[in-house]
Amino acid sequence: MKGDLAGFELASVTSVRQACERLEAGYRPLAGGTDVMVLLGSGKLGPRRWVDVSPLDELRGIDVRPDAIVLGALTTYTDVRRHRVASAELPMLAQAAKETGGIAIQNRGTLGGNLANASPAADSPPALLAYGAEIELVSTQGSRRVPYAAFHTGYKQTAAAPHELIARIFVPRAPRSHFYRKVGPRRAQAISKVCFAGCVERAGEPPDAAVVAIRIALGGVAPVPLRADEVERALLAGEPRARVLAALDAAIAPIDDVRSSARYRRRVAANLLGEFLRHAGLAS
Amino acid sequence: MADAPAPSAAAGAPDPIVLRVNGVDHALRVHPMRRLLDVLREDLRLTGTKEGCGEGECGACAVLVDGQLVDACLVAVAQVRGRAVTTIEGLATGTDGMTQLGTIQRAFIEHGGAQCGICTPGMILAARELLDRVARPDEAAIREALAGNICRCTGYTRIFASVVHAIALERGGGAP
Repeated sequence: MKGDLAGFELASVTSVRQACERLEAGYRPLAGGTDVMVLLGSGKLGPRRWVDVSPLDELRGIDVRPDAIVLGALTTYTDVRRHRVASAELPMLAQAAKETGGIAIQNRGTLGGNLANASPAADSPPALLAYGAEIELVSTQGSRRVPYAAFHTGYKQTAAAPHELIARIFVPRAPRSHFYRKVGPRRAQAISKVCFAGCVERAGEPPDAAVVAIRIALGGVAPVPLRADEVERALLAGEPRARVLAALDAAIAPIDDVRSSARYRRRVAANLLGEFLRHAGLAS
Repeated sequence: MADAPAPSAAAGAPDPIVLRVNGVDHALRVHPMRRLLDVLREDLRLTGTKEGCGEGECGACAVLVDGQLVDACLVAVAQVRGRAVTTIEGLATGTDGMTQLGTIQRAFIEHGGAQCGICTPGMILAARELLDRVARPDEAAIREALAGNICRCTGYTRIFASVVHAIALERGGGAP
């Protein structure tokens, strides 16, 4: 590896309480390491003091409750894929898990880490945004729940204070149709150029079922994983297709970078929206 | 919930980290954030595990931790405290020049699954995890299991054929 470990510290703790005390003292949490260790290995890791939260069973496990599926922050992509209820009821999240890295990454990478890392190109955030998830943050002062849609506040910035730890992710249970698609340079082991997640909730029985909620989210097209609420509003208001596409175009702000170009990302985002609308029976 | 002060392993005064590698226990006085990859290659001289990208993109450093495939470049050694690590060296049995290669290793030799050899240990461990998990994986399952392992020599056809052959060697019968 480049650089050396002098000056780095990795504290081990045995409870969430102890981990939170460390965060309060300025430590950063290390979970599966799939982002942090990349930076460490390349000599680019800024923070020096880390606390290893990976052994904390309080943060592990998937709990199926009547109203929500509750995912511990240490839930790995493999855990999601292998959990019977979570993979069946949250197919967009299961798809994101299946398309994140390869098996070795899926075995280590955690949902909490993915959200905390806050990459705009990550694959689970669009799914969780489209599900209307909530995040539980804990600290020495207690815990609070924030809507996930309010979590990503800027490029690699989140609503979590430095002393707060992501503990759990709450995904509401509801019947819904869903559409998830990641577009990358190859089908496996690739970082997204654009990622799209959309779901529709209807009330009543088909064919008279009325649309009660549409949630659309995208990755790779803005400084943050983006909830496209203006697009949702245009769709719920029955706006014509051109207005819906214009709302998407106004909502996203893709850039040219090593993975893709702004122009390509705009085009693909619009195409994916069209695919979602056809899939959801909303195309007019 | 214990409220005692948390033990801390700062650089300079580390507690030994005990891990089992290929069935042998090692107590290591190393920095807890040292990459498992560097511990294996430099401290334990198990150089069968290769460093490719060092970023979790290529799978060359893949090893098993308690049977789970991981990229050793992304694991801090403290995170495998008390766990069992299997490297490519652990798939062969026997000593004193009488080493018996594992079935997947033999299959890779017989089917030309290795060329330069950098990706091979990771490929074989990814295949090992698959065969330990699934009785008779089909080609789609093999492709998915090896999707995180990049070969830059010759492509994947012979590698997949090697895994299919390993299944036959271990479980009898022909290709699924």
